[in-house]
Amino acid sequence: MKQKIILFATLAGLIGLLFAFKKGIFTTSNDSYVSLRMPEVVDYNFHIKPLLSDRCYKCHGPDANKRKAGLRLDLETSAYEELPENPGKFAIVRGHPEQSQLYRHIISEDPDIMMPPPDSKLGLNTYEKDLIKKWIEQGGKYQKHWAFIAPVKSDIPKVAGDNWSQNEIDDFVLEKLVANNLHPSSKAQTETLIRRISLDLTGLPPDKQVVKRLMEHPSEEMLDKVIDAFLASPAYGERMTQAWLDVARYADSHGYQDDSYRTMWPWRDWVIHAFNENLPYDTFLTWQLAGDLLPNATKEQILATGFNRNHPITQEGGVIQEEYRTNYVLDRTNTLGKGILGITLECARCHDHKYDPISQKEYYGIFSFFNQVNEKGLQMDAVQAKDQKYYADAPFMSISDTETRDVLSFVKLQKGEHINVMIMNDSAPKATFRLNRGNYDEPTDTVWASTPKAIYPFSESLPKNRMGLAQWVTDTKNPLTSRVFVNRIWGMLFGRGLVETVEDFGVQGSLPTHPELLDWLAVDFMEHEWDIKYLLKKIMQSATYQQRSEATPELKKADPENKFLARAPRFRMSGEMIRDYILATSGLLNRDIGGPSVKPYQPPGLWEETNAGGNRGVLTTYVPDEGKKLYRRSLYTFWKRTLPPASLTIFDAPTRDFCEVRRQKTNTPLQALALQNDVQVLEAARVLAQNTVAKKEDVTTMVNEVFQTILFRAPKPEELRLLEDYYDHALVEFNAHKSDANALIAQGSYKASEADPVKTAALMLTAQVVYNTDETITKE
Amino acid sequence: MGNDKHQKENPLKVNRRHFFSQLSVGIGSLALGSLLIPDLFKNDQRETIGQTLGIPNFAPSAKRVIYLFQAGAPSQLETFDHKPTLRKRMGEDLPESIRNGQRLTGMTSDQKTFPLMPPAVGFQQHGKSGAWVSDFFPHIAKIADEICIVKSMHTEAINHDPAITFFQTGSQISGRPSMGSWMSYGLGSENKNLPSFVVLTSRGKGNSQGLYSKLWSSGFLDSKHQGVLLRSGKDPVLYLNDPEGISRSDKRHLLNQVASLNKLHHIETGDDEIESRIAQYEMAYRMQMSVPDVMDISKEPASIIKLYGEDCQVPGTYAANALQARRLAENGVRFVQLYHQGWDQHGNLPNEMAGQAKDVDQASAALILDLKQRGMLEDTLVIWGGEFGRTNYCQGNFDPKNYGRDHHPRAFSIWMAGGGIKPGLSYGQTDEFGYNIVEDPVHINDFHATLMYAMGLDHEQMTYKYQGRRFRLTDVAGNVIKDILL
Repeated sequence: MKQKIILFATLAGLIGLLFAFKKGIFTTSNDSYVSLRMPEVVDYNFHIKPLLSDRCYKCHGPDANKRKAGLRLDLETSAYEELPENPGKFAIVRGHPEQSQLYRHIISEDPDIMMPPPDSKLGLNTYEKDLIKKWIEQGGKYQKHWAFIAPVKSDIPKVAGDNWSQNEIDDFVLEKLVANNLHPSSKAQTETLIRRISLDLTGLPPDKQVVKRLMEHPSEEMLDKVIDAFLASPAYGERMTQAWLDVARYADSHGYQDDSYRTMWPWRDWVIHAFNENLPYDTFLTWQLAGDLLPNATKEQILATGFNRNHPITQEGGVIQEEYRTNYVLDRTNTLGKGILGITLECARCHDHKYDPISQKEYYGIFSFFNQVNEKGLQMDAVQAKDQKYYADAPFMSISDTETRDVLSFVKLQKGEHINVMIMNDSAPKATFRLNRGNYDEPTDTVWASTPKAIYPFSESLPKNRMGLAQWVTDTKNPLTSRVFVNRIWGMLFGRGLVETVEDFGVQGSLPTHPELLDWLAVDFMEHEWDIKYLLKKIMQSATYQQRSEATPELKKADPENKFLARAPRFRMSGEMIRDYILATSGLLNRDIGGPSVKPYQPPGLWEETNAGGNRGVLTTYVPDEGKKLYRRSLYTFWKRTLPPASLTIFDAPTRDFCEVRRQKTNTPLQALALQNDVQVLEAARVLAQNTVAKKEDVTTMVNEVFQTILFRAPKPEELRLLEDYYDHALVEFNAHKSDANALIAQGSYKASEADPVKTAALMLTAQVVYNTDETITKE
Repeated sequence: MGNDKHQKENPLKVNRRHFFSQLSVGIGSLALGSLLIPDLFKNDQRETIGQTLGIPNFAPSAKRVIYLFQAGAPSQLETFDHKPTLRKRMGEDLPESIRNGQRLTGMTSDQKTFPLMPPAVGFQQHGKSGAWVSDFFPHIAKIADEICIVKSMHTEAINHDPAITFFQTGSQISGRPSMGSWMSYGLGSENKNLPSFVVLTSRGKGNSQGLYSKLWSSGFLDSKHQGVLLRSGKDPVLYLNDPEGISRSDKRHLLNQVASLNKLHHIETGDDEIESRIAQYEMAYRMQMSVPDVMDISKEPASIIKLYGEDCQVPGTYAANALQARRLAENGVRFVQLYHQGWDQHGNLPNEMAGQAKDVDQASAALILDLKQRGMLEDTLVIWGGEFGRTNYCQGNFDPKNYGRDHHPRAFSIWMAGGGIKPGLSYGQTDEFGYNIVEDPVHINDFHATLMYAMGLDHEQMTYKYQGRRFRLTDVAGNVIKDILL
C-alpha cells in the first residue's frame, strides 16, 4: 500500500512536471519572483511609480521630445486619456487590468507588442507584473511623489510590551522590526558608545582620561552629559564643517587645468563658527544663499555667501567668457539641487527632466537667481594672477585684521594683513534664457526667476531674487529642505540615510526605509527651530543609535544590509577621520582652529608631475610645512582640486570639482599601503612608542597602554598575548640589527626622545599593528 | 538603487563570492573585492558579463588598450593631414565660407585676419598603403602599413580642460568615469596582482597643459576601477615602499599579527568587511612585489632598448613609459593610459613640434613593432592622438619659420593599430584647407563606441545607474565605425 502511494505520488509529480514544462513555467527566468509576498494594498508611490519611472518614463514620461505613441504615464490625467494611436482603447482602465492596454502590453510575449520592448532590457518580472495588475484592480490611483508632499508627524506607533524604546525614534524603528520578525540588539558597551559619540560629534577619538573618569562613575544621565560635552566642544564645529565642505565643493585652488591658489579659507572658518554657534539650519542656509541681500547685512552674513563662489573657476587663457560664466551659474544651480534640495536638477539643464516633474524652463528659472552676479568667465589667467598675487576673482570682499576684532572674530589674520574672499552680489542684472541643449550660445525664450511648481510653488509675495529663493528653500512648507538635511544627518551617523540616495529624493531615488520616521524627524526638526544640535542629540539618545553593532549570523541572513536597524552600523571612517584619529591617539594632534590651509606630508612630486608648467599659478610645487603645522586636523589640509591630498582620496574623498553629498566606503589595497607606509602613520606610531617607552614600565604595561590609547578598551587576554609576543620578537630582531631600529625610528620630523631606540622601534611596530587593525579605522 | 549597484557593480563580485563559498578557499590566500581582480574566470568571463550586465556577446578583437595620449593637441597639419593647398594659398585669409561660423577661442578672437599657414615640414607617402606622414615622424612613417589613420575626428570642446575631459570620460563636464574605468568595470583585470587600469605620465619641452586625477577617476563607479598612477622613481604606487629598517620578513610578521587581530575581531563582530580588509592587506603585500617587478626594465635585452631608443632607460620619459606600457599589457593590465604633455603650440610651432615628435616618434613605433613581434598586436588596441586639432591659419605674427596654431575642434587626426583595427588604412577626409570634414566624420562618441566594440562591449548596453539615470560612456550618441574594423 505504502509503495503504491509512493508510486502514485511520483507519477503525479512527473505528470505535473511535464505539464509545467509545457506551460513554460521553467522557461521564464523570473520564476523565483512568484513566491514574493504581494502587499495587501498596493501603494502608488512605494510600489508602482518606481516601476513606471524606471521602465516606462523614458518613452512615456515628462520629456515631450522623447515621448512615444502620445502616451504619458507620469501624470494621472494623461495616463487615463484615450490612446491617440489606438482610438477606443485606454492605457489604464480602473479596476480592469484585462482591458488596460498597459497591462496587456507588459504581459505580452509577442516581441512586437511586449513593453518595455525586448531590446531595452527593461522588462518586468512576474512579481512586478502582478503588482501592476493588483494596483489596477484596486482602482489604479495616482498620488503626488512622496517627497513632494510636505511631511507631517504621524501618530507614534506603540508596540505592546515594549521596554526597549528610549524615545519616539525607537517606536518607529521597533514597529518595523516587529513587522519583520526582528528584535533590536542590546545597548553597546559604554566605552564603545563614548567612542562612537565622540567620533560622530567631533570626528576625533575621546580623551582617554575623560573615558576613564566616566567609566569610574557610571550613571543614568552619563550618556546625555557626554553628548552635551561633545556638542559644546569646538571640535564639533570642525567635524560638521568637514561634511559641509563636500557639499560646498570647497577647495583652496581654482580648479581647471591651471588650478592656482584662491583664498576662501575665511569662508571655511565661518562655517566652523556657525556650527559651533549652533546657527539654526534655516539661517545657516539663508546667509549662504543670500546673506548679502539681508537688510543691513553684516560682513559675516556677506562672507557666508562665499558658499556659491566655491565652484571651480578657469584661469586658462583664451577661453570663451560666456561659456565659463554660464558654467559657474549652472554649478550653483546644481549645487542647490543636490546639496540642499536632494534633487537632480542638473538633468533638466539640457531638456525637461526625464523622471521628475521639472521642466527645462523651470531649471533656468532657478538658474536665473544665480545669474545676476557681476563676474567674468575668465578674470585673468594663472600667469597674470600669479604676478599680481591675485587670489580672488570679483566680486570679492576685503577683510582687514582690524575687522577681525568683532563680527569677524573667527577669521585669523596676522597684524596688518588683509585678505580678499569671493562672495556673491546681484550687481549685474541680466535676463535669463532657456538654453537650447544647455548650450551657452543657444539662448531661446526668456525665463523669469522661479522654482519648480511640483516641489512647492514660489509665492508671488516673495522677492524674485536670491533672498526670495532662500525664503522658499527654508519655508517650513517646502517638502524637501528639512527632510534632506535630517536624512543626511542620519546618514552621517548610521552610514546610510533613511533614504539611501541622500542626493536624490526624486522619482528615481530610493524610497525611505522608514517614511514615517523620516517625516517625524523632519517636522520635529523644524518645530525646534531647525536646531542642529537638538537633532543630533535626539537621534543619539535613541536606543536605536545606542545598540550594539555586532551582526549575528541570523541578523545577517534576515537583513544583510541592516535596513531595519536591528543593530548599530559598523563602518570605516573617512580619510580625514582616520588621519585625525591617528594624530590624536599618538599625541601629535595640533588643535588650533581655522586659518590658512596647511601642507602636511605628501609623497613628493605629485604636484610637480602633472602641473601645467612652472609659471602657471602658485601651486606647481608642493613644499610641506614644518613643525606643529604638520599635525593640524585634516580639515585644514590644503585642497588642490586637480590633485587633492592623496592620503584622503585613497579613502574616497571627492575631488571637490562639484557638490558631493555621499562618499563611497571602499576597501582597497591602496588603503592598506597608505596605513602601513604613510610617514604620518609611522611617525605617529613612533611618537606613541617613544612616549610610552620613556615611562620605563614592563612589557605588559607598555603593550596594554598602547592598545588602550588607540582603541579605548582593554585588550582581551589573547590580543595581549599576541601583541606581547610580537613585541618580544621585534625586540630580538632589532637588538640583532640596531641600525634597522635607528633607521625605523627616524620616521617623521617630530623630535626623537632619549628613549632606548631598540625598545622604541619594537613598540613602534607594535603600535603599527594596532593602527592597522580594522577596528581602529572603524566606527563601531 | 543600492541593490542595483550592488548587483551590477561587477559581475565578478557575486561570482567570486559564490566561487569561494563553493570551494571554501581560505581568504588569506586569495583576494576578494579589490581593484586587482584575480583572473579566476578567464574562460567564462564573457558569459559572466553577458549574464550580469546584459551585454551581448560580441567576440572581442581586443583584450586590452594602450592609449598614447598626446596632451595639448598636436596639429593635424604637421602630422598626418597633408594639405598642399595651404602652401599654394599661403598668407591668404581663410575664406569665410570655410570658417563658416566656427567659434574662436579668446586667444584669436581679436585677430583681424586668419592667414593660411602651410606646415614647416615636408610630407611623404609611405608603405604599400601610401599613407601621408610628415617628416617630423620618420619612425611612425615606417609603420604606416600597421596603423589606421583617422583624419576625420571631431569634437565639441574648444578649450583643453573640457576637451580632454570629453575624450577621457565622454562628457565635457567632470564627474563621469574615465574610459579606462569603464573597461575595468565591464571586463575586470587579467592579473590578480596588478590594477586593471594604469596611468603613466611624461612631459615634453613644448607648451604644456596640466593633467589632473579626474581624468582617470572612476566617477560614480566603485573607486576600485579608478586608474592607478604609476610614477617613475622609487615609489611607483603611492606608499608602496616599506620604511627603512623593515625587512620583508618583518613585514610578513607584522601583517600576520594584524590578520590575527582582525580575525579575532571578525569572530566578535560578525562583520564580513573585516575578511575583505584582510584580503586587501594580502593584495597590498603582493603588489609590493609585483609592481616593482613589472617596472624593472633591467632584464630587457639590448635589442629592445635599441628599438625604443636610449631614452627608454630614463625613468619618466615617454620612451620609458611606452616600454612600460608593453610590460603592463603583457602582465594583464586591461587599460594602460599614457599622457605626454607639451603639444599646445600657440607659437613657436616648428621648433616645439620637432622636439615633441622626437620625444614620441621612435618609441610609439617601437611599441607597435614590439607588440607585433610578441604576437600581442592582434589583441592589443593602441591609440595615438590628442584632444582636438589646430587651426590652418596662423596665430600671432605671420612667420613661416615661427608660427603658432590655435585650437580647432572641427577636424583632427589620430591613429590606431592592432586589436582588430584595419592596418594600412587612411580613413576620413577633410577639405583642401584641412578645416572641415568632407568625408566619414568620427565624433568622440563614435570613437568610444568603436573602442568598446573592439573590446566586445556594446556601448548602448553597458550602463550604470546613478542618481536615477543610466549612464553610458557614449552618453546618448555614438556609432560604431565598422569601416575601420577588420
